[in-house]
Amino acid sequence: MIALLVRDMRLAMRAGGGFGLGLAFFLIVSTLVPFGVGPEAAILSRIAPGILWVGALLACLLSLDRIFQLDFEDGSLDLLATAPIPMEGTVAIKALAHWLVTGLPLTLAAPAFGALMNLQSPGHYWIFVTLLIGTPALSMIGAFGAALTVGLKRGGLLLSLLVLPLYIPTLIFGAEAATRGTAGLSALTPLLIMAGITAGSVALLPFAAASALRINLR
Amino acid sequence: MSLWEFANPVRFMALSGKVLPWVIGLTALTLIPGLIWGFFFTPEAVNFGNSVKIIYVHVPSAMMAINIWVMMLVTSLIWIVRRHHVSVRAAKAAALIGVTMTVIALITGAIWGEPMWGTYWAWDPRLTSFLILFLFYLGYMALWAAIENPDTAADLTSVLCIVGSVFALLSRYAVNFWNQGLHQGASLSMDKEEHVADVYYLPLLLCLAGFVLLFIALVLIRTRTELRLVRLHRLEIRERMKDA
Repeated sequence: MIALLVRDMRLAMRAGGGFGLGLAFFLIVSTLVPFGVGPEAAILSRIAPGILWVGALLACLLSLDRIFQLDFEDGSLDLLATAPIPMEGTVAIKALAHWLVTGLPLTLAAPAFGALMNLQSPGHYWIFVTLLIGTPALSMIGAFGAALTVGLKRGGLLLSLLVLPLYIPTLIFGAEAATRGTAGLSALTPLLIMAGITAGSVALLPFAAASALRINLR
Repeated sequence: MSLWEFANPVRFMALSGKVLPWVIGLTALTLIPGLIWGFFFTPEAVNFGNSVKIIYVHVPSAMMAINIWVMMLVTSLIWIVRRHHVSVRAAKAAALIGVTMTVIALITGAIWGEPMWGTYWAWDPRLTSFLILFLFYLGYMALWAAIENPDTAADLTSVLCIVGSVFALLSRYAVNFWNQGLHQGASLSMDKEEHVADVYYLPLLLCLAGFVLLFIALVLIRTRTELRLVRLHRLEIRERMKDA
């Protein structure tokens, strides 16, 4: 399983695109939003946590189809299916690899990008904490969506249509916790609910994703 | 004799063919008088004026939009557990009706909201949940449309429906948490503590029954079409195998 994790991360980094592309996209979104809404510092600092969350979510979406697509095309997914690791384990490892190369860098970069949007001082801390807890759920839900659409030729657009509605609860609680934290209110309730969503997704979705993969490999 | 015998497509076709005219007749008998009664023979409400009459379309369609998703969840589960073709075809048939009901509920709600709240749209929990439900229907139907092999499509959409239901429910509570709303509370309830006055209640009940029957009629028609499509697909494959 560790070998698979290492392999997936190496592929993602060397293929060029997976690792840097998400971050670059996130940076561009954070740059474009002030152009769209105007440079007033007060408005920007109020919407900053929400924009950072939406930006991170979209950046996460970009690389989802790579989770299974390439392995499906060159046949290594069939080998993984017959390997001694259960399919659920493969899915979980692949989601973890996706998180390590997209979710984690986004989380680390988000407080810095917050400066572009005049994020006020406790906000850096809160955006980091909420993204750290929330992005694993995004990767796991995304892996489920990728497993559903792996057999399709042009699955990319369909993948976003399937996955984005599933992202809604995580986004609501994550952005709410970040906004509340930034405003100096108690953010414990949304934070805990979001942690619950992450824990539930990581625990249960590998089973759903694995069954979808088995159907697609049939 | 058990219920599962009707899961045999041939038996289902025979039975549904016989039942269908009756269901259509009953739909006409409830929906048409219900709507006419509601639109022309009820007084204007004190605070709402004439706009109250949109309730006879708005409430039933909203109720059906949610219940159709629940029905799809149940039929998807039956497909996954027992692999009855009728079941999953019924889920597919219901999706288009469900999305139509959701759109009707959203549009009538917008038309009603304008004179009442002064806005077509507000990020109220109920409105938002319906928009989200609409997105879930779209995803489900898009997945059906994208996959060619009917059995693969049935399996994958069923998995999506089950996972989607969990997330749809989560979203429902999330938007409640996110924003407090304008929308009034439940207009109907079983214990007669809080609901609309009897003059509106009785035609509304008739309309609700009419919408349920309308849904049953439509879903039967569409399921029959779907089953015939599956059969056509199988026949085509058989012919091709013969040639080869």
